Formats: sequence, C-alpha cells, structure tokens
Amino acid sequence: MSLAAPLLRSAPSTKAASRKPARPWPNWLVSWLQVGPLALVLLFMFVMPLIFVVVVSFFDYERVQIYPAFLLDNYAEIFTSAVTGRLYLKTLEYAAIVEAITLVLGFFVAYYLTFHVRTLRWRIILMLACTIPFFTSNVIRMISWIPFLGRNGILNDAVMATHLVNQPLDFLLFSDFAVILAYVHIFTLMMVAPIVNSMSKIDRSLIAAARDAGANEWMIVRDIILPLSKTGMALGSVLVLTQVMGDYYIVRVLSGGKSAGVVSGIATQLNAFEYPPAAASSVVLLVIVLALVIGIFSIVDVRKELAE
Amino acid sequence: MADISVDQESGPSRRALLKGGAAAAGLAVGSGAITGFPTIWAQNIKDITLAHVGQSFSVIPQIAAQASKDLGFKIDMQAVDYATQLNRTFTQPESIDISDLSINVVPDLIKQGIGMPVPTSKYKWWDKTVPIFTKGEYPDGKKASVQGGAPIKFQYYADKDGTKLSATPTEWLASIPTLYNADTLGIRPDLVGHKIDSWAELINPQFKGKASLVDEADIGILDAAMALEAAGQMKYADKGNMTKAEIDKTIAALIELKKSGQFRSFWQNFDQSVSLMASGEVVIQSMWSPAVTEVRTRGIACEFVPLKEGYRGWGVTLVPMKHLSGLKLDAAMDYLNWYNSGWQGAFIARQGYYSTVPETAKAMLEPYEWDYWYEGKPAAQDIKDPFGKMMEKAGNKRDGGALWDRMGNVAVWNCLMDEQRYLTKRWNEFISA
Repeated sequence: MSLAAPLLRSAPSTKAASRKPARPWPNWLVSWLQVGPLALVLLFMFVMPLIFVVVVSFFDYERVQIYPAFLLDNYAEIFTSAVTGRLYLKTLEYAAIVEAITLVLGFFVAYYLTFHVRTLRWRIILMLACTIPFFTSNVIRMISWIPFLGRNGILNDAVMATHLVNQPLDFLLFSDFAVILAYVHIFTLMMVAPIVNSMSKIDRSLIAAARDAGANEWMIVRDIILPLSKTGMALGSVLVLTQVMGDYYIVRVLSGGKSAGVVSGIATQLNAFEYPPAAASSVVLLVIVLALVIGIFSIVDVRKELAE
Repeated sequence: MADISVDQESGPSRRALLKGGAAAAGLAVGSGAITGFPTIWAQNIKDITLAHVGQSFSVIPQIAAQASKDLGFKIDMQAVDYATQLNRTFTQPESIDISDLSINVVPDLIKQGIGMPVPTSKYKWWDKTVPIFTKGEYPDGKKASVQGGAPIKFQYYADKDGTKLSATPTEWLASIPTLYNADTLGIRPDLVGHKIDSWAELINPQFKGKASLVDEADIGILDAAMALEAAGQMKYADKGNMTKAEIDKTIAALIELKKSGQFRSFWQNFDQSVSLMASGEVVIQSMWSPAVTEVRTRGIACEFVPLKEGYRGWGVTLVPMKHLSGLKLDAAMDYLNWYNSGWQGAFIARQGYYSTVPETAKAMLEPYEWDYWYEGKPAAQDIKDPFGKMMEKAGNKRDGGALWDRMGNVAVWNCLMDEQRYLTKRWNEFISA
C-alpha cells in the first residue's frame, strides 16, 4: 500500500505532463481563468462592500447625510456606551443557550438517524421530515408562534383546560422563552446535518470491535462516536452561532420588541440613517464573530473533515 | 431593514382587488380613456408611469387604479415602511416621482434639495384647503397648536427655488398636503374595565402587561410624553421639541415602566398593532385609525378613545421630486390635482382619515357616510370600511365626534426634534433595557 500509493499518484501527473504541450495557454493562465469568475464575484460583492463598510465606519454624519472624515467617535461610542455591553450580553446569552440545546438535541437526533435507523431509505425519509418546517417561509413560521403561544393561544387554552393554572401563562410569548424556542426550532437542523455527515463516516467495524470487547452503548457513544463527530459538531456550532449572532428578526417578533440583540441595535441605527455608527457596530460584530469561529476551529481541526 | 407585514385576513382580497385594479388600469391605458381630468393631450401621455412611494395607510392599490383610470397614464404605487421610504427618498430620489411623506420631513428635503416647489397657481385646490395647512389656524380663526411639527411650519417655501422655508404664506408650496388625523390611544372597551379618558391610563399599573407602545422613536416618545405629563410625572416646555434633559427623564421613566412589566409588547407596523389588539394580548396602546377600523371589521370591540389632554396630530403630504421635467412633470401636476379632487378623500375617509379638501371628499361620499365620518353624527346606515367590509352598525357614532372636535384639540404634532440623534440613541437604550 505504502509503495503503491506514490506510484498511483504519479501516474496521472505524468499523463498530464505528456499532454501539456498540446495546451495553447500556460498553466497559470488556465488556473486564473478557472478561479477568476468566483474571485470577481467575491471581490465585487463581498470584499468591496466590506471595505466600504469599514471606511464609512469612520465617517461623520447628521440626519440624512454622511460626511467623509476619519473619526474614531463611532467606535468610541460603541465602547463607552452601556447599551453595547447589554446588547452583546443578551446576544451571547441567547447564543450560548441555543448552542447548548441544539448541540445536545442535534447530536442525539443525528445519532439516532445514523446508528439506529437501519435502512438508508428510512434515514433519507426521516432526514427529509426534519426539513418539513422549512417548506414555508421563515416569516410565516415565526408569526405562527404568536397564535400558538399567546395569552388566548392554543397552548394556553390547553393548559387552562387542565385546571393546573387559573391564569394564562404570560411567559410563553413575548419573552426570552419564546425567542429561544424559535431559535432552537429553526437551528437544530443546522446542527443535525453536519453531525450526521461526520457520523456516517465512522467505520462501523470500530463499533463492532468495541462491542466485541465488551463496551456498552453508552461507552460506545462516549469513547467512539462523540470524539469522531467533533468536526460535525464544530461545523454545526459555527452555523448556529453565526446565525443567532446575526439575527434581529426573530428576537424582535418573538420578544415583542422588548428584547434586542446586537443586530437589532444596528437595524435601529440604519432606520434612523445613522450609517457610520451602524457600520462601526457591524465591524465590531464581525470581528467578534470571526474570533468565535476561529476559536471553534482551533479546538477542532475541520480541515481534516473537509479533506477526507 | 426588511420590515415584514403579513396581513393574513385582508391580504388575499386586497391582492385580488389589486389585480383587478391593474387590469382596469391596463384597460384604461390601452383604450386611452380620458375622463375629463387631464389637461395634457399629447399622444404619448399614456406611456407615462409615475412612481408614487409611501406607506401602507395612504398608498392603496384601489387609489392607484382609480387614478390611472381617470388620468389615462399609469400610477405605480409602492407601499414601503417608514424607514425604507426615507431611505429611498434621500439616497435614491430618482427612483421616486412622488414621495408620500410626513409633513415634518420637509426640512430634510430642503437640505438635500430634492423636492420640487409647487406654485399655488398650478394647484387648483389651495384656496379650498383647510386653514390648518394654509394659515396654521382653524376655520373659526383660532390658532392651531404649534407644539411639535405643526404643518404650517413646513408648508411654504420662501422662494421659487425652495432653498428655505417661510413661516408665512407665499406662492410656493413645499408639498401638497393630502390627509391628516388626530391620533389617540386605542382600547378594548370590553377588557379595560372602566372609562378611559386620560393618556395617563397608558401607564396605569392596572394595565400591567397589557399595554403597548409604538416602537418608533419619533412617535413613541410623544405618546409616552402625553402619558407621563397626564400622570403628573413630567412637565415639558415643548413636548414636540424636548431638551436633552427632558429626553433623559422621559426615557428613565419609560425604562422603569418597562422593568415593572407595564408593556406586553412594542409594535413596529400596522399589522402587529392590529393583531395585538384583536388577540387581546393588549388592551390599551398607541394606535392608528385604520388599525382600529381593521380590528372592528373582525367583530371585535375597539375604540379610538378621545382623551382630555388632547390628540397627537399629524399630516401626510405629497412631494413631487425635483428630477421631474417635461411631460412627466405635467403628468405629476395633473396627478396632484386629481389626488385631492375627491375620490381619494372619500376612500381614506372610510378608514378614519380626513381630506385636506373636505368639500371634494364630501361630493364623493354618501351623505350618511359624511355625517358619520366628518360630522360625528350617529350612522344612519351600517358603515363599511374602504374595502367594503362591515365596520360599524347603524346608530353608533364615531369616537371623538366631528372633524373639528378632534382636529381642534391637537395637543402636539408629530415631529422631528432638534435632538433627534440623541433621542434615537436613548430610545434604543429603552428598547434594549
């Protein structure tokens, strides 16, 4: 195997080398032409707007106008305002709770789908079933929580019918509970998919060997499946955390506007035409989210997962 | 920002009407039907499309369809939320031909130089417009309140170039005012338990967890100020233009109320305010008149209750944009003259708004409708909303009485304060607190 591998690998390259003179263009040009379209799209639609946001974050402004300048005021305001801390704390609180719940839920859903659903057909059917809520728009899904959780909603009617409480439960809607419930509902699937992907790569003979050696179900999960699904969990966490950190719509609708995250703050500033401070807040948020993602990737080597 | 309004109840029917309206408009354009209004006879007038951009309460498909039919060219009405409206008006003025704005936004137009002054001679209804707009006074000669953004402050340009405003009448209009109203609190009379006659009730601990406030700094602060002042907790020199210290104290009081659990929710658009009220999540809140009629058409009791401290007044105005020229400008002037010629005034009267030229609206309303909406008399027949839905049973009266009983009692006008930037910042702190 170790001898054959380099031989096998060298075979196509010699073939390519022999074909080389037939190509009218040099290799570097071909490579550039291949990456060019995507590079251009990223450059114009991602890098340039981002640079623009960074530049504007130093501008001066008044109602309906912005003035080119180089001011640190917008940043100074972010770091000195009590609101910033509060918004970040709230957002991080949501992110941490949602991350914890979706990670546990996602892991066990994925575990069930991969190891306990025997046939591939059923695995696919159940996986698709998970996506059914996503057939309708995010907006409708969020709005639908209101008649369900409201004071005169379905859930409260049911609870009242049991006579366990004599007043509708107010905490169900327009509360942190409602916001977290909605996040978990939407983002669990983002955790499930990458973990399923990781788990399906686990060699079944490992589990058979463990079982032969006397390991019980729990030990298999803890010592084999959990460590080997880390990359999926990391990828899922990145998806969930960035989504929660970037949300403002769900938090607004389901907290009834009583709670706000970092992006809610940015949205309010944009609505009030305060582009430069909104740009500065965006830059700060971007840096923090990037730090989080880098943090996650430094714990788990995702490249290994993607390379395989 | 993507402000999303989902109007599940009336959506389909309005959409159907829109389709029908568009078809009618298409037909009108196709046949070149001209019904008396236009003064332009050029053949290519039918190729003109005017983009009229405004908010959902005034930008209504039926009005666009009727205008297109009467005028023979196409009115493309686009309903957007407040923030998008301002964003587009200021950052892409060329994408709008007629901007449908709050009157108090006019000073910002001047800074940008994007509004087109309209000579009074070209607008045929000016001498028939109610005097709160033309002179800043009531028909009986009494001066209207100037707390906040009173319309007269923003009505006239000093010169034909529109570089600055004039506080006294000139020949140059900064905009064509179209509709106005006096806002107050909306309540669920079946759920509040006692007679509501003061703004102070909004912050009455009895309604803990059952009150709501509009989450729009400029307007929410005024409703809050009316309530705090009525409850004796605050005193303002001018509620419509607070000092930083007044803003601080108001926000501090609001944060305390929020922490005590007074507010069930905050709303940002029409549909949210309707669903909060209709579902009974909230029994007292900031509200708009069409939202009250919308709740009522669902058979749920809702009252736009007159309060002893007075109303929060506002006006909406049409601004032809500066880039208009030639045939398109002529078409825009025709449209502005059509707009206040009665059909639109009658239509919006049925959702509780007043026309700036009431006599033209009167001609297009049934006498019993005029009596109900403008005169405050008991309804002689069942009253329907503009979309034909049953709104009020015969025999009942409109909340707040006749036009001048309401508009005559405006305490403060919607406005943009000098300390706008500071207010926005502090309002954010309140919402995030």
